[in-house]
Amino acid sequence: MATSAVQATPTGSGREVAVRIGAQVLVETLRRLGVTAIFGHPGGAALPIYDALYDARDIAHVLVRHEQVAAHAAVGYARATGRVGVCLATSGPGATNLITGLTDAYMDSIPVVAITAQVPTAVIGRDAFQEADVIGLTLPITKHSYLVRDPADLPAVLAEAFAVAASGRPGPVVVDVPRDVSQTPLAATRGEPAPSRRPGPRAPHPGQIAAAAALLREARRPVVYAGGGVISAGASAELTRLVDRTGLPVTVTLMGKGAIDEHHPRCLGMLGMHGTVYANYAVDAADVVLAVGVRFDDRVTGRLRDFAPQARFIHIDIDPAEIGKNKPAHVPIVADARAALAALADALPDPLPLEPWWRQLGEWQARYPLRYRQGDDVIKPQFVCETLARLTADRAVVVTDVGQHQMWAAQFCRPRAPRTFISSGGLGAMGFGFPAALGAQVARPEATVVALVGDGGFQMTMQDLITAVEWRLPVKVVVLNNGSLGMVRQWQEFFYRQRYAHVFLRNPDFARLAEVFGARGRSVRRPDEVEAALAWALAVQDGPCVLDVHVDPQENCLPMIPSGQSVKEMILG
Amino acid sequence: MASAAPAPEARPPAANGAERGPRTLGVLVEMRTAVLERVAGLLRRRGYPVRELVLGRTEEPHLARLFVVLEEGASGEQVAKNLNKLVDVRRVADLSAQPTVVRELALIKVDVTPGTRQEVLLAARVFRARVVDMGERTLTLEVSGRPEKVDALYRLLRRHGVRELVRSGPLVLVRGPQST
Repeated sequence: MATSAVQATPTGSGREVAVRIGAQVLVETLRRLGVTAIFGHPGGAALPIYDALYDARDIAHVLVRHEQVAAHAAVGYARATGRVGVCLATSGPGATNLITGLTDAYMDSIPVVAITAQVPTAVIGRDAFQEADVIGLTLPITKHSYLVRDPADLPAVLAEAFAVAASGRPGPVVVDVPRDVSQTPLAATRGEPAPSRRPGPRAPHPGQIAAAAALLREARRPVVYAGGGVISAGASAELTRLVDRTGLPVTVTLMGKGAIDEHHPRCLGMLGMHGTVYANYAVDAADVVLAVGVRFDDRVTGRLRDFAPQARFIHIDIDPAEIGKNKPAHVPIVADARAALAALADALPDPLPLEPWWRQLGEWQARYPLRYRQGDDVIKPQFVCETLARLTADRAVVVTDVGQHQMWAAQFCRPRAPRTFISSGGLGAMGFGFPAALGAQVARPEATVVALVGDGGFQMTMQDLITAVEWRLPVKVVVLNNGSLGMVRQWQEFFYRQRYAHVFLRNPDFARLAEVFGARGRSVRRPDEVEAALAWALAVQDGPCVLDVHVDPQENCLPMIPSGQSVKEMILG
Repeated sequence: MASAAPAPEARPPAANGAERGPRTLGVLVEMRTAVLERVAGLLRRRGYPVRELVLGRTEEPHLARLFVVLEEGASGEQVAKNLNKLVDVRRVADLSAQPTVVRELALIKVDVTPGTRQEVLLAARVFRARVVDMGERTLTLEVSGRPEKVDALYRLLRRHGVRELVRSGPLVLVRGPQST
């Protein structure tokens, strides 16, 4: 009965009033919130929602082949645009399959709303078919979650969910909708969505900005350490203005790649475990570190007490709980990064006297460049990354998976703009790259989107090649195929006496596999084929293509600061 | 401290905001889905050293007060900042830093013999504890007051054999007109 689109119910006056069911209200609310794409997979408890989507021609529902892909794609969508990504799954296994993607969104502070169907309210807690305690399962990996018990609450709950996901420090939000709630006809919703209690962007304290400016003016060896918070605050222009005015050197985290044009002469590239030598030396020698939108992650800091041991820290973050979490801040600034950087740039109108410091930095840059040696026989993975960067002029959206290739991409791709380098940072979730690229391509159909993946990670979610074929998404999948789980192999080589336990992969022929899916595919085995193959892939416009690039299986990702150690223990290339 | 009068909480709080003793955070929360799990899960997940967690209803049906007592020496700042991030948390206050009224309720079931009963009853009288159950072999006391007072009575009764003890955990309100 309730599966019909609109029901007519007689009223006392004899007139007929259109009555909608909860699912229709849900879809209508999503539309009002500006949702134009949903990544999802149907199932029993989600049937009413899918029935309502049947009529929603203006919302693109991308049917994925595994809900994990839906969550990662929603993240890719959100990261490519800054808008809230939406995924949808049925109860039980549908919802549990979202969890890796939601955890990734939580770790990297990405705004995502996951709508999960739930078994009917009357049987919740009775181990019903396809029941899982989604609220309980997602408590530690979401910013917030809602169980909707009354369909009249749907508009307000969804509006609040979107506001919570996008405001402050962004993050994932779950809205769990029992089947009866989406199925039930209702006469009226509970008014308009309540005004959100979420505070808007927070202005920096003027006294703290003055203190930070004073510290930077006195500094002889200052460094800006910029992270994902700069990108989520939309603060790239403000960061660039500050750097242009003052001449401050900038190093970025993996999440902060693209926060500033990495071709900018003041940019030292990425710091941390596989960061550039000069970025890590700069931080090691720094007397003042301006940390903005970062969380002092262990992959950045190594051993905490040896991280920037001489520095005083200015720490700008929207989340007060980040300040002082890992390193004490001498000047804490709880604020939106955009407002804070703008205020700081205003307070520092003149170039800082950093000539000696830049002489030192220039020396390190000249002495320790990122390097690899490309011979005639075996393709070096770094060469592929560097060629890709050159052919796209670093203007493509590069989405990586997790492992060695991710770090090589981070070293050799130097994005010119924010939201054009997308990677699973905090969680390090293999299987992220290709689905996130799907999401980015759906969000930005006009953009060149490259999924730079390893052979291990690609196999975790490659079934959704068919989704890309179906939607004619021209994602270019570049597999850096070294026949192993390369980063694990590297650690086994360095730290486990070359005991290569369960790390080598017997792989399918990825090019032929792509063709089976209806995508294009090509294998690349020789260094002199790399450029032409990449150019070919970049030219494919009517659907996905896969480049299976066979790279040096022995290559290690260097430089490297071993886990929990410091810049002194850095292994150089 | 061991005697009931005068009210020990009348003394001014430590000037430095109670560096000594366990820190108590007062958390005003909205009674919505899984709010207790959200708070308890956060405390567990981040490994904060929680000694006690108390939930009580309030003057508003949709609000509850939670009291988080941390182990001695633990800083409440990071805990408070993280609790503040929960959407259903309205307010977090470090109650150790301000003048408060603190009360805990305890029920103590003590072994008694004809020879010890009078001594136990005397202790009850001194501590203004009420006898709420009395049998041939046990006696159950109800006592309320600052947690230290409950501690003291418990220590005194232990040598008689405390068969069972249950404590409510502290309930706290800020003194004077300002809200907790």
